[in-house]
Amino acid sequence: MFPIVHARQLSDAVFEMGVHAPAIARKAQAGQFLMLRIDENGERIPLTFSDWSADEGWIRFIFMRVGKTTHQLSHMCVGDALADVVGPLGVPTHIEGLGRVAVVGGGVGTAVAYPVARAMAAAGNEVTVIVGARNADLLILEDEFRALPIKELIICTDDGSAGRKDLVTAPLKELCESGAIDHSMAIGPAIMMKFCVATTKELGVPCVVSLNPIMVDGTGMCGACRCTVGGETKFGCVDGPDFDGHQVDFEELMSRQRVYNDDERLADAEYHRECTCHS
Amino acid sequence: MSLVDDTAAPAPGEGAAPADKPRHRPARIPRTPMPERDATKRAKDFEEVTLGYTEEMARAEASRCLQCKNPTCIEGCPVNIDIKSFIGEMIDGDYHAAVAVLKEKNALPAVCGRVCPQEEQCEARCVLAKKGESVAIGRLERWLGDFDLACELEGRCVPEVGEDSGKRVAVVGSGPAGLACAGELRRFGHSVTIFESLHATGGVLTYGIPEFRLPKHIVQAEVGLLEEMGVEIRRDVVIGATYTIDELMSEEGFDAVFVGNGAGLPMFLGIPGENLNGVYSANEFLTRVNLMRAYEFPKADTPVWRGRKVAVVGGGNVAMDAARTAKRLGAEEVFLVYRRTEEEMPARKEEVHHAAEEGVEFKMLCSPAEILGKDGWVTGIVANTMQLGEPDASGRRAPVCVMGADFTIDCDTVIVALGTRANPLLPKTTPDMEISKRGYIVTDEDGATSKPGVYAGGDIVTGSATVILAMGAGKRAARAMDEWLKGAAR
Repeated sequence: MFPIVHARQLSDAVFEMGVHAPAIARKAQAGQFLMLRIDENGERIPLTFSDWSADEGWIRFIFMRVGKTTHQLSHMCVGDALADVVGPLGVPTHIEGLGRVAVVGGGVGTAVAYPVARAMAAAGNEVTVIVGARNADLLILEDEFRALPIKELIICTDDGSAGRKDLVTAPLKELCESGAIDHSMAIGPAIMMKFCVATTKELGVPCVVSLNPIMVDGTGMCGACRCTVGGETKFGCVDGPDFDGHQVDFEELMSRQRVYNDDERLADAEYHRECTCHS
Repeated sequence: MSLVDDTAAPAPGEGAAPADKPRHRPARIPRTPMPERDATKRAKDFEEVTLGYTEEMARAEASRCLQCKNPTCIEGCPVNIDIKSFIGEMIDGDYHAAVAVLKEKNALPAVCGRVCPQEEQCEARCVLAKKGESVAIGRLERWLGDFDLACELEGRCVPEVGEDSGKRVAVVGSGPAGLACAGELRRFGHSVTIFESLHATGGVLTYGIPEFRLPKHIVQAEVGLLEEMGVEIRRDVVIGATYTIDELMSEEGFDAVFVGNGAGLPMFLGIPGENLNGVYSANEFLTRVNLMRAYEFPKADTPVWRGRKVAVVGGGNVAMDAARTAKRLGAEEVFLVYRRTEEEMPARKEEVHHAAEEGVEFKMLCSPAEILGKDGWVTGIVANTMQLGEPDASGRRAPVCVMGADFTIDCDTVIVALGTRANPLLPKTTPDMEISKRGYIVTDEDGATSKPGVYAGGDIVTGSATVILAMGAGKRAARAMDEWLKGAAR
């Protein structure tokens, strides 16, 4: 069992959780992920590290409450424990020698952008962070980003309630056009990454994306996470999760992410029918 | 231990003839059939298909054994179980003694009794096999395994653990190779820790082989006996990620490592449409259903897409498991698409027979060329018609495409069961361990890798093979490791 040592609600539907897992914390690197299972009947879900401490032996992740598992997870508190946490999995994000780089985080992807930006800055790159959220309430980790040695933090909201009233692609485009960046990385919903890729591709700036396909084991065994990159089938779990965004077939990724939509709705409805402790 | 008086047996050279001894006269009765559940009923649930012998059946079947002076069946067993002796004890009615004989060589009799291809191994070498009526050794093994598991814990046969050697061994993977290796190492007195990447032990026995063929409680019970022997099991640890092999040996204090992490990555056909929704690797489909219990969804949280018309590509045991599982999930039609004929199928005859009984339809000489889709979902397969040509490297006649004879199979699910390739995770983090061109670990006959103190066995060395071959490799490696550890102690 993996005891929960930290639990914090970041916004209406976004939660941060920390788990005691010293062996994993010792090895975690930016861009890597873990697989977790809540209990005996639980599904295995991948979540990318948002933070960790090798010294204190904990790892953290941030998730949005969308389906049954994340609902159940959001109801867990410090003192509870997760049945299983496995990791660190996937290839770490390449952070060395990128030069001037823009890190774009959208939605809960912002949680992953945080350690990535931190690692890239620590590796000596000049980092600009662009964070996107629907509105100010959904904005996460602003203070944490401000504490990093980065060049600039650009905040975008759909309604202008914080930062610019823009999509993340607007400042990204400006940075590309003005020649202010050599490299970019986008982490967020597939549709956001798709548009970041379109923006950077047009202007000839590389864009790495962190894909979030469905996984079962997370170690290469099942192939649920396969995606097409440069015309070849790759496994998100062992070949990724980072890929050259300009080569990714996003339509396929988004289609594959929807396979179990009906099942997820059913599981969620069942859960809410049974669980009356939190309404 | 044997009740056979060898001195009364026929002269040398007639070793295959029945031993002429007063206490055992082989019964001249036909091979005892295995009781099975009705095909129409069993194809709707996940309960075990075969019911196992009753005690009377087991005794009757055991009594058919000739108790040969020089038994050839033992040579057919990859772990050399003393078959003659355990059947001898059964004839005598001493089941505990029979189990003890089994467990001398095989820690997982209830598992192997169910999944070993005995018809190609021990039973093929039985003297009675010439008449097509070999002793049902596998069914007897299963009966004894189940007998042992049905006993109260203190009545069970737990192999004796050797005197503490002071040496610690890490075993990577709790599948057949790792379990066999761990059990053997404990008998030699070494301390053993198994590292399992998943949340459940058993490897392919748990995620791959379906409940209806190998109930998971059987696997867990036999693994439990290893824990009883003092084997420590750590789940949720991925060697190559959480720890490297070097870290196990330097920081974690292990004196030797056995790698039995299995074959790994599923292979696909490499044809258009393979990433459509509704296309599964057999590994994913079976993992969802077996390990994650998707057949209990939504009580269990993991879903599986339940197709109405399912095409399974492949002709091995895994293909049969996938096809029969699809049927149980409610598919109206399940096709097994194979590019050769039933004759060349690598699956066990028994599995092919069970699949056919349960309504799986065989489409032979049929090779998928493209998977068709609409709105991101599978709608069918375009397949080439094949014919058999000259024998290929495997000795089987190679399928050759018949030009202009393509046809379409309507289906909403495709399950690809073409085998696996090596998982790169462990080799990537162990650069000084030699790997073959295909990514498998290179070892000598005893399982020693190029890295001192590191041994390997099972599918990660041989590519996809059987449970018992992996167990044999695990045991061989354990013996070599024991020697190595004794040497290292000096």
